[in-house]
Amino acid sequence: MTNPVVNQELLTAEDFAPLAHRPDIHGISRPSRSYWQDAWIRLKKNRRAMVSLWLIVGLLAFALIGPLLWQVDPARQDIDQISQAPGADRSATIVPPYEFWGGQALSGFEGGSGLRLGAAANSQAVRLIWDAVPGAGGYRLYRNIFPIDDEMAFGLPIAEFPNAAAGFYEDRLDLRPDTYFYSLVTLDADGRLTDDYQVLEVPVNRVITLDEVRERNLAPEAPELAVGDEVFLALHPLGTDYLGRDMLARLMSGARVSLFIGIVAPFLYVLLGVAYGATAGFLGGKVDQVMMRFADFVVALPFLLFMILFQVVFGIGPGESGILPMLVALVVLAWPATARLVRGQILQIRQEAYVSASRLLGARSGYLVWRHMIPNTMGVILVTLTFAVPSAIFTEAFLSFIGMGVAPPTASWGSMSNEGLARMLTHPHELIFPSLFISITVLAFNLLGDGLRDALDARMRSFE
Amino acid sequence: MWQYTLKRLIQGVITVWFIATATFLAMHNVPGDPLSGERAMSEAIRANLEARYGLDKPLTEQYFIYLGNFLKGDFGISFAQENRQVNDIIREHFPVSATLGILAVIFAALGGVLWGALTALYRNRLPDTIIMFLVILGISVPSFVFAALGQLTLVNLNAFFGVSFLPVAGWGTVSHMILPALVLGMGTMAYLTRLMRSSMLEIINSDYVRTAKAKGLPPARIFTRHQLRNAILPVITVLGPAIAAITTGGFVVELVFAIPGLGRYFVQAVQQLDYTVIMGTTVFYGAFLVFMVIVVDLLYGWIDPRVRLQ
Repeated sequence: MTNPVVNQELLTAEDFAPLAHRPDIHGISRPSRSYWQDAWIRLKKNRRAMVSLWLIVGLLAFALIGPLLWQVDPARQDIDQISQAPGADRSATIVPPYEFWGGQALSGFEGGSGLRLGAAANSQAVRLIWDAVPGAGGYRLYRNIFPIDDEMAFGLPIAEFPNAAAGFYEDRLDLRPDTYFYSLVTLDADGRLTDDYQVLEVPVNRVITLDEVRERNLAPEAPELAVGDEVFLALHPLGTDYLGRDMLARLMSGARVSLFIGIVAPFLYVLLGVAYGATAGFLGGKVDQVMMRFADFVVALPFLLFMILFQVVFGIGPGESGILPMLVALVVLAWPATARLVRGQILQIRQEAYVSASRLLGARSGYLVWRHMIPNTMGVILVTLTFAVPSAIFTEAFLSFIGMGVAPPTASWGSMSNEGLARMLTHPHELIFPSLFISITVLAFNLLGDGLRDALDARMRSFE
Repeated sequence: MWQYTLKRLIQGVITVWFIATATFLAMHNVPGDPLSGERAMSEAIRANLEARYGLDKPLTEQYFIYLGNFLKGDFGISFAQENRQVNDIIREHFPVSATLGILAVIFAALGGVLWGALTALYRNRLPDTIIMFLVILGISVPSFVFAALGQLTLVNLNAFFGVSFLPVAGWGTVSHMILPALVLGMGTMAYLTRLMRSSMLEIINSDYVRTAKAKGLPPARIFTRHQLRNAILPVITVLGPAIAAITTGGFVVELVFAIPGLGRYFVQAVQQLDYTVIMGTTVFYGAFLVFMVIVVDLLYGWIDPRVRLQ
């Protein structure tokens, strides 16, 4: 340790000369960053949030630009390709137009016994003939898409014949390119089913007539087509639904509906909530108490019950899509949460020194709210908005799923899932695609919300 | 405590009155009326029916009759199902919904607390990563997809082993309830897990936990007495709204699993414009939810005395 007395001796007059003015010392070496720039930099470091942000941009592009690139009418039915999985065989053979069949085996199908084909089986018609079974009182014909097992589930009964003679039947009912199992069950004299049956496995090929090819313009670059040639039916990249509608086009128009409700409704009710909460928080006192008590009542309303009730009250007229009633109902019921949050924030900010300073400098109420209070709650509001999107999308999907949402033929991801659910076992793609879109959208908004919360507000930062 | 309870109960009654009024006003603005059916009706019959159901009186009078009947606990007669009391419909189908809902809430709360605590203890290690991935899945996948996938898995399991572990749909025995309750509680459980995790992480770093460790308490005791008990508080706060979400969320599950609950009847009543059933069910559900929220709040006040003092 040095002795201060010794140090005193070392000081000279120079030590007491005023310092020269150095302007560079006060310079800020790094550019100044606003709150938002800082938040953006923090968000950019968050990989999950950035991936989600790009996913959301992609989904918006899918909804907005997609229909311009894939110009297929989502309501148009392709009767030849119903419930077609993506990547399914699209080829069809050209055949002559349908002609009446009188039950005679055509050339190439003569001979044979029992239940057999009378002509080539294709999606135009399956023609069956059979010999008389001794002792039979009649026959019943069934069709199934599964092989007949021990439980003797024959499938769809398609015709019954009261006479014991040999017979024939032409099946033209909703034939798909698939393998069918036809069962001819013998009836006894009283018309009851017996245990005696014969099964025929029939692979069905897809066919199309020349006129249809021309009409639908399936082969524009090959005008010289003849019977027996192969053509390809219209392309459906994600398959078709149970009415033969293009899944990709429907997912795109469904994205428009789902994202419109999912983004516009939260935007509107957060806006309403901010206005309400800011007014209550800023005015304070009796007004605040009354306003917040009213908000408490609205919160207490059972949300989904009243969503459904409002859907009924607003009514969906013929030809309307039902999007607007859902939007209004969401806005009317969902605002109080934001209002409470913003009010709390405003009450807190009102006590801050900078607000008092601003007031002292003569700032008016409007200026205080707009310049100090709203910008300082903006982070919280933005996070609320991001988390409100998934819940609105869920609400839409939920309502459309129970049949209280958008009216058909309007597509939404929720209503498409509802339609797909019934065919989940046979055509899973009809359920998988729409529910995948719902899940991805909700996931992306949730992760982006987490990222935004971490980036915007240190106090709300989660421990992840 | 008594004063707090009384205050909450009075608030609850006013809220139920608000719900009843909102329902009444909403239903009387519905286009069309329950008597306008497919068959044409003569003026005289119509007038008689309106008089029978009290639809000919002025709106204010109808409103007071409606409130008076509610006070007596009489929700009226169904319009669509002949001679069926709304009270009977509720009495018959609400227990089903309530059983399902309670099971789902228990499942969601237990699962949420357990998984949340586990993820916090194993922070940034494999169990944490796996559970948090499942949680994100649980939050992002709609309940009807879970319901469908659950049924599909069950069908395949039953078919694969050749025995019926659990029934795929329907209602009646305990085994019928397990899968629907799991599906119904899934979303809430995911949410509670996240909540529990962040609250637990906060507590792991707190001073009193460090003190407990320094005292040399066994880890199991620190976990149950010091960490879990304190971390559970935020979970209890959101349990009220969670019960509300689960009970109304039951509609979809009831639909998919063919469960004869009140939710299914509500949706049916809405489609048939069955005024009395809609109003009765809404008010009943509303009152039930308000009551549940009060119970949860009181419970919270009992566990955490700081709440009562506010």
